Amino acid sequence: MFTLSETHAEIQKMCRDFADKDLAPKAAKHDQEHLFPKEQVAKLTELGLMGVAVDEKWGGSALDNLAYAVAMEEVSRGCASTGVIMSVNNSLYCDPVNKFATDAQKEVWLKPFASGQKLGCFALSEPGNGSDAGAASTVAEDKGDHWVLNGTKAWITNGYEADAAIVFATTDKSMKHKGISAFLVPMPTEGLSLGKKEDKLGIRASSTCNLIFEDCKIPKDNMLGEPGFGFKIAMGTLDGGRIGIAAQALGIAQAALDAAAAYANERQAFGAPIAKLQAIQFKLADMATQLESARLLTWRAAALKDQGAKYTKEAAMAKLAASEAATFVSHQAIQVMGGNGYVTEYPAERHYRDARITEIYEGTSEIQRLVIAGNVLKSYA
Amino acid sequence: MTTLGHVQLGYDLTDEQLMIWQTAQQFAKDQVAPGAAERDAAHLFDLGLVEKMGELGLLGIKVKEGDGGVGADTVSYALALAAVAEADASASVTMAVCNLAADVVSAFGNDAQKQKYLAPYLEGKLGAGSFCLSEPQAGSDPRGMKTSAKRDGDHYLLNGSKQWITNGGYAGMHLVFAITDAAAGAKGMSCFLVEKDTPGLIVGEPEKKMGLRSSNTVALTFEDCKVPAENMIGDEGQGYAIALSCLDGGRIGISAQCIGIATAAIAEGVNYSNERTAFGSAVSKFQNSQFAIADSQMELETMWLLTMRAAQERDATGKSAKASSMAKLKASEGAWRITDRMLQLHGGYGYVEDYPIERLYRDVRVTRIYEGTSEVQRLVIGRELLAGR
Repeated sequence: MFTLSETHAEIQKMCRDFADKDLAPKAAKHDQEHLFPKEQVAKLTELGLMGVAVDEKWGGSALDNLAYAVAMEEVSRGCASTGVIMSVNNSLYCDPVNKFATDAQKEVWLKPFASGQKLGCFALSEPGNGSDAGAASTVAEDKGDHWVLNGTKAWITNGYEADAAIVFATTDKSMKHKGISAFLVPMPTEGLSLGKKEDKLGIRASSTCNLIFEDCKIPKDNMLGEPGFGFKIAMGTLDGGRIGIAAQALGIAQAALDAAAAYANERQAFGAPIAKLQAIQFKLADMATQLESARLLTWRAAALKDQGAKYTKEAAMAKLAASEAATFVSHQAIQVMGGNGYVTEYPAERHYRDARITEIYEGTSEIQRLVIAGNVLKSYA
Repeated sequence: MTTLGHVQLGYDLTDEQLMIWQTAQQFAKDQVAPGAAERDAAHLFDLGLVEKMGELGLLGIKVKEGDGGVGADTVSYALALAAVAEADASASVTMAVCNLAADVVSAFGNDAQKQKYLAPYLEGKLGAGSFCLSEPQAGSDPRGMKTSAKRDGDHYLLNGSKQWITNGGYAGMHLVFAITDAAAGAKGMSCFLVEKDTPGLIVGEPEKKMGLRSSNTVALTFEDCKVPAENMIGDEGQGYAIALSCLDGGRIGISAQCIGIATAAIAEGVNYSNERTAFGSAVSKFQNSQFAIADSQMELETMWLLTMRAAQERDATGKSAKASSMAKLKASEGAWRITDRMLQLHGGYGYVEDYPIERLYRDVRVTRIYEGTSEVQRLVIGRELLAGR
């Protein structure tokens, strides 16, 4: 588990080469102009990276979760925005459709998405609730031969480019969180409008917006999974999503570490490269140790998922550790680079801005801690 | 998929590794745990435990079968130490240094030395073993070493002092590093096997330590200490290389010790916070407690993964410098944070001897210092990192 197999090493190399050649050189421009990396996403599609763990029958690459984690890290190392676009499509869209859709639904809602022809998104959060997912207020009314959706979803990654959304809405308010169901919603569609594109601190090349449902009609067949199962689908999906985001955070951290180490070898102060100073060596040592620790946690979570073992606690640990590693490493990278870490000529400031969201989305660090603690206390009971 | 305690490793250990883990756990529970607190309170070293370790093959876990050892790998060694440390950190460091001494003789000793010393040692018949490198004026910087060994006919005369020697007062076999050629720098150091009660070997009084109190730590003074020439381990001038070869394994060992201490600490914290009530509910219900437990368990699981990675790397390639240093750094600092958090959960009861947590807190502090300080570990990691660019 600690060294990659030949297959995984090949995937890592392929993604790394792609990131070096096609992602890193454009990442700054895409960030500065808030530009969706269309060409790059098209290339991700060619490489089979939009449905990494989906069966070939459904347009995917039929690789395992470790391959996905490795690919995510390398892509994110080149461009964190491209990473999150890829992660949402893989973990938050394709994965639940793969698990809960009927074959007929998969033809329409999975095949084109896993193969990257179309892009998906995941609509759980609302302006009034993020961490408290059970308090969802978007409703889906049963009108006999169709559903009518009303409400607003917030913070939707890929919102502006997506061809479909998985939308969680209440079908039975009396059942509370057991009354939430999941729906497959085509985009665009009548009754669905997009809010303004959020102006974010980081991951700027990825679009984030509200989805506003106003008497939005969708066919009866568009429910994903059983009625009332929505919350469970969402929670299960987020477990896997955590591996993707952990890997994204690792990529950001690695890019920051690489920038800092390269700089330290070149920059002179007090008569020698600053890499000779203990203060810098100690910083780099701490950065590398925290990063490698988070990587081990991430690969382990992926391995457990691949083995069919329960991995909720381990995925939460991976996401928590990797996101905190990303913010720590990118913060210290700026510190190593001094003033040059603060300006756009160097990538460190972008990594710092990109890293910040990883402690928030797909489950805040606080939620991860509650999930972990709940699991630990249960195991001791 | 192997689960160790409450930790899913993510892969399978071999049957042999699991067996050693289970044997060590049983030994820890039955023989080591009872009396651990009392031994700590009395600063009492129990040589009987060393004999029992010998009987179970725990004194030379990595020593090859041909030399009388168990012939197990580094992973097994780490598992055994973690299991013992969970019961008693002092017993685990006693065991770790015993293994270190055995490894040196096994790897670098000749047949005569192995037959005379290693064989009975591994059975627990020679007492403990010691590894004498540090001196009063030289710890992190081995170039400050002054203890000398001067050839005189069929023996060497050793003069100098060694400091912080674990097991020193109870070792039947001391591995002593001394300068045989002052002009030759690093190549001027050699390694000697010094028997217990050798004339000229003076064992100091046991140090009164903050923690690891039932582990014996002494200064050893050599005054024209006569050591037979045939007791040189390896070649003259090979001492420094011998010492360096022990680093990775030693660091993995201490990482494992930290895992054991941290595991015990978390169990204490969870149990206490489940029992104790405040503001109308169990303390474990508060988010603050849950966050402390979550952070601690996450650090512990990271410590396992880093340690197993280093052990596997050492087993596969013979070397694991960066991995071992990362494991030791993270495990020692992690265990320190974990014991601190878990002590805090105990409130006032964490500060008194009625509960084991204060002993764990005291025991863990030295792990950031011995077998390479955290500062040295950071230098190693930094160097390895920058060299790869």
